[in-house]
Amino acid sequence: MKARRIIPIQPEPGSALPPDERAAVRAAIAANKQRAGALLPVLHGVQDALGYVPKDAVALVAYELNLSRAEVHGVVTFYHYFREHKPGRHVVQLCRAEACQAVGAVALEAHAKRSLGVDFHGTTADGAVTLEPVYCLGNCALGPSVMVGEKLQGRVTPQRFDKLLAQARATA
Amino acid sequence: MSAIRIYVPCDASALAVGADETAAAIVAEAAFRGVDARVIRNGTRGMLWLEPLVEVETAAGRIAYGPVQAEDVAALFDADLVHGGAHELNQGLTEEIPYFKRQQRLSFARVGVIDPLDLDDYVAHDGYRGLDNALLLEPGAIVMAVSESGLRGRGGAAFPTGIKWKTVLDAHGASAVHDTPSEQKYIVCNADEGDSGTFSDRMLMEGDPYTLIEGMTIAGLAVGATRGYIYLRCEYPHAHRALNAAIATATARGYLGGDIRGSGKRFDLEVRLGAGAYICGEETALLESIEGKRGQIRFKPPLPAIKGLFGQPTVINNVITFASVPVIFERGAAYYKNFGMGRSRGTLPMQLAGNIKQGGLVEIAFGMSLRELLYDYGGGTISGRPIRAVQVGGPLGAYMPESTFDTPLDYEAFAAVKGMLGHGGIVVFDDTVDMAAQARYAMEFCAIESCGKCTPCRIGSTRGVEVIDRLCSGLDSPKQEALLRDLCETMTFGSLCALGGLTPYPVLSALDYFPEDFRKVPQPLQAAG
Repeated sequence: MKARRIIPIQPEPGSALPPDERAAVRAAIAANKQRAGALLPVLHGVQDALGYVPKDAVALVAYELNLSRAEVHGVVTFYHYFREHKPGRHVVQLCRAEACQAVGAVALEAHAKRSLGVDFHGTTADGAVTLEPVYCLGNCALGPSVMVGEKLQGRVTPQRFDKLLAQARATA
Repeated sequence: MSAIRIYVPCDASALAVGADETAAAIVAEAAFRGVDARVIRNGTRGMLWLEPLVEVETAAGRIAYGPVQAEDVAALFDADLVHGGAHELNQGLTEEIPYFKRQQRLSFARVGVIDPLDLDDYVAHDGYRGLDNALLLEPGAIVMAVSESGLRGRGGAAFPTGIKWKTVLDAHGASAVHDTPSEQKYIVCNADEGDSGTFSDRMLMEGDPYTLIEGMTIAGLAVGATRGYIYLRCEYPHAHRALNAAIATATARGYLGGDIRGSGKRFDLEVRLGAGAYICGEETALLESIEGKRGQIRFKPPLPAIKGLFGQPTVINNVITFASVPVIFERGAAYYKNFGMGRSRGTLPMQLAGNIKQGGLVEIAFGMSLRELLYDYGGGTISGRPIRAVQVGGPLGAYMPESTFDTPLDYEAFAAVKGMLGHGGIVVFDDTVDMAAQARYAMEFCAIESCGKCTPCRIGSTRGVEVIDRLCSGLDSPKQEALLRDLCETMTFGSLCALGGLTPYPVLSALDYFPEDFRKVPQPLQAAG
């Protein structure tokens, strides 16, 4: 007797995502699909809504934009801004570039890592803060610069960093 | 009596030192005292060390107070701020402050003066006159005027803008891309201002976005492009909001869209956000990114002017280049050309950054010396220590020692001392800087930001970090130095684009001008365990 071949059933793209995340990804796709070169706008939409680009969103985005999963994965991983893991409630971007180095960014970086107990790209144990490096926030005359969420801060000393972080933690 | 107008900047740098809080305090204090005041959020005047810089309109002109924190506001009202009263924060008439008065503001004429999003305010300050004049010209005549002005690309490479536009004007688009009609050409603005020490693009986009829009619209008319993209870095959320709002208003009022100013000509504009990749400031990587791909650079040729965005002829210029265009059509090419020296015509907005007492934006004609800029404008370091090195032109620019400070600000003069003016950013370091660490960082940055397409950049940058570490450990230094120089030569001549090709500039300039930082006392090897 002929051995029965098992044809694997392809799950619907994106079915691995929780329903609310799937809805957010679908909304980002719907809002941007018609644009030429839609992939970056779509990924921005996903990250704006969810704080990250879930790995399981890749197949859905690829399917809807008629791209291969490799192409979408390649783009997500190429750009430093897109992240594949859920961040803390507050994302803190700390400038590492030369203008900020000239006014103490290296010491601030060491202080930030020590006081938060994380390295770059890490999230504090309480899930409150994710620390990211950034290469220039365009505030080069008033450094060292830090962006907390979408709020830019200049002339950030270690003391001021602690104060800003305490304020952020208190808000949410 | 009409309300007293009080200006508080909404520029990101001003916000970073508390401008929102200051503005809120002024509104509250005025209401509390029953003063009829209207707070207008303008761009920044570019004197960033005075931010938040509050200005009050008086009969004599706008009087500046700065830096004004929220807690200073009550005392300022006590000192009769609304009539320009005396106070220790009173800086006098804004336009008489020497730092500002000595500048030649062409591209930045309106930045800090007007409400950035108020189109009527823009028009009242000579905005859109350039476009109206350009609409009377044939495309070829528009391109000719840009050529005659001597304008060169302000992004860093200083390529003559007129030649680029002429190439696109003469190019014939292909219909290779589906649903792109043949002959579709594009205008792309490179607003991926990733160089550390530069913020002029951001300042202009936040402080006077219509100037950029007007410049791009004129470019569209010049080459016959009906669609434009502004590729903006995602680190600039304030500029993103300003541009989107300005584009919406300009479209609603007939300055963009299907019938520009009743001429029957079309130009549509859209902002695209980058995603934190420095390499996307390279023009071909930027085009890939707009197309939705990894930001990997393309081989040239073909030039983007022939085969650019979606394979079509594309003008791609920096923000400041486009922002320099309206004034050429408002005042004439000869007027613009009158500024500058040699082959560097017009003005360049220089940005003083890093360890500098009076940091900010200085728009001046080419030709001033670096020393004048650093000391007369910048006032030396904020730390009060001597300036040891300055990096001009971003992370790929050379570190220049004191002995080169008399170099005039001019593309060719900088090239002659192995430097580059680039996008006009100047980062100042005092004598505490470790130049070996800066050289190492240059390689590290290249390794982080390399697109990976060519080997000298992708691998060379990582090997560069390693060899600098060995050099600084003092082991076999002459051999390591020879190796580093050899590696730099390979990167310079073997890399596909400026990232790998110019990273040796900061590295070798640090090594040549500050060799003592690399020759530390040899450390004996620590025995393991």
